[in-house]
Amino acid sequence: MSAITSAANANKRSANNQIHSSRRTLLHRSLAIPVCGALLFTAACGGSSSSPSVKTNPGSNVLAISVNAGPAGNYANGAFASVTVCAPGTSTCQTVNDVLVDTGSSGLRILSSVLTATLPAQKAGDGNPVVECLPFITGYTWGPVQTADIELAGEKAGSVPIQVVSDTAYPVPTDCADFGTSVDTLSSLGANGILGVGSFIQDCGPACVSTGSSNPGLYYECPASGCVVVGEALAQQVANPVASFSADNNGVLIELPAAGSPENSLNGSLIFGIGTQSNNALGTAQVYSVDDYGDFVTTYKSQTYNQSFIDSGSNGLYFLGSGDTGLPVCADADYFYCPSTTQTLSATNSGATGSPSGAVSFSVANADDLFNNNPNATVFGQLAGPNSLGFDWGLPFFYGRNIFTAIQGKSTPGGTGPYWAY
Amino acid sequence: MSCLPPVQARRYSSFRSSAKLALRATFLATTLVFIALPAFAGLGEDVSSVQADQAHMQGSLRTTQAQAYTLHEIQAPTGTVVREYVSSSGKVFAVAWQGPWPPDMRQILANYFTPYQQAAQARANLHTGRSPLTISQPGLIVQSGGHMRSFAGRAYIPEMLPQGVSAEAIR
Repeated sequence: MSAITSAANANKRSANNQIHSSRRTLLHRSLAIPVCGALLFTAACGGSSSSPSVKTNPGSNVLAISVNAGPAGNYANGAFASVTVCAPGTSTCQTVNDVLVDTGSSGLRILSSVLTATLPAQKAGDGNPVVECLPFITGYTWGPVQTADIELAGEKAGSVPIQVVSDTAYPVPTDCADFGTSVDTLSSLGANGILGVGSFIQDCGPACVSTGSSNPGLYYECPASGCVVVGEALAQQVANPVASFSADNNGVLIELPAAGSPENSLNGSLIFGIGTQSNNALGTAQVYSVDDYGDFVTTYKSQTYNQSFIDSGSNGLYFLGSGDTGLPVCADADYFYCPSTTQTLSATNSGATGSPSGAVSFSVANADDLFNNNPNATVFGQLAGPNSLGFDWGLPFFYGRNIFTAIQGKSTPGGTGPYWAY
Repeated sequence: MSCLPPVQARRYSSFRSSAKLALRATFLATTLVFIALPAFAGLGEDVSSVQADQAHMQGSLRTTQAQAYTLHEIQAPTGTVVREYVSSSGKVFAVAWQGPWPPDMRQILANYFTPYQQAAQARANLHTGRSPLTISQPGLIVQSGGHMRSFAGRAYIPEMLPQGVSAEAIR
């Protein structure tokens, strides 16, 4: 069976387990948060993606995450969590399940098709709605910017701009479509949304504030006559909600257990704050600085790759190409490696400034075998594929390794962010 | 960024000296585009299309001669760099990009944009998850990766790679 069809088949089968894996998430959450009472359980933990709920979870900085097939039933190595959004200043809230936890981006994005809560639209100075085009590698998300109070476990971020992803609310401008293809639906996104908790505060940053040729063209205002690019103030941009918490706001820690062999699901925690509570101390973790682009350095076979990064939102260990590694890609899926036997490799990660350095041992299995031999699995610690210009340490890198992502400009016991530590 | 061949760098034009000059030059370049250049620019097109891409990106252009090709590097005001590799027969056989945001893919992939878009859509709908993008078709290879605020990639026509030029050299 091919890697592609087997993955699809496997994931269809996995879809049957969705209810069960959701229950496991709930169970884990209730175990992980002992203060979680009956009211909390139904409100914070029990909402479907469409049921309005009122949620409180005072004090907890631990959000349960689960690696499973996701809401489309076909995800491999995706960490999902529940996110509650409320109309600002109200108790009118909705808990959205199955939102992808992504340290490679910043800001909350929710598919309009699963959002039932009514949130206020952000307006430009002239009253027109603001709509965003955000390019990702696999495609762009398009949709209006709205404002929400965001509740994650016991933490709350007030009045944060989010993106409501929809390719029908406003026509996609040509300049946005020219980025490639849209990932605006459940089937193309594989998640109900993306929770971007990366090292940047805003998704775009200063480049989008200015007008003129240096603006990359991510924010538009959309009068009836058509959408045009606008300058968007930093405070108006879609932003990492963690940075807006009143406490535990300097970064996140992701904890997931090791997964030496494929598993059907894996439960872990997204913990807010670095060195702010007893459960998020840096301990012996090494701090790796990142550059202005959010990258650090990986060295492999004496070659340095300075566009390397750690990203919970990438679903494999992606690095270099067959020409550099000698690893063949799968005959039917050239985005995965298919060595005849599992290969154990070594690389060295270094901070963007050159230090510290730490060796990483990792394994690359035959992706066809992984999918074919484990039809119900969604957790693959040895899933790898090519990435032409460096190392993309995706979710498998998080298995069995506690990884901190510090937010830019925020003070932590390990220094000022941005950085990664593990 | 450090991969330019260490040979004969010539700065054809730099629009950075003043905004006024930039405007004038862009206007000139744009005018030239309308007069003389093909509608399509980028991958698979004639070397003259590089100027159309430069005008579209409102960028500065630096040209470097390597042994087997000419490298045209366009630096956009957004910080994104596009490199277009032109063979001795005057065709753009490869493009590479790097920067905080992706370039206008339709512009730099020219007639290859539609196959790229279709392959990317098919890949998204297969959905085993979010990953770098690899497209391998007869006559077109695209490799794209990175994350928010750091994008990089390459696209090339394998049959048009000059002898002795590896895909790894395109970056």
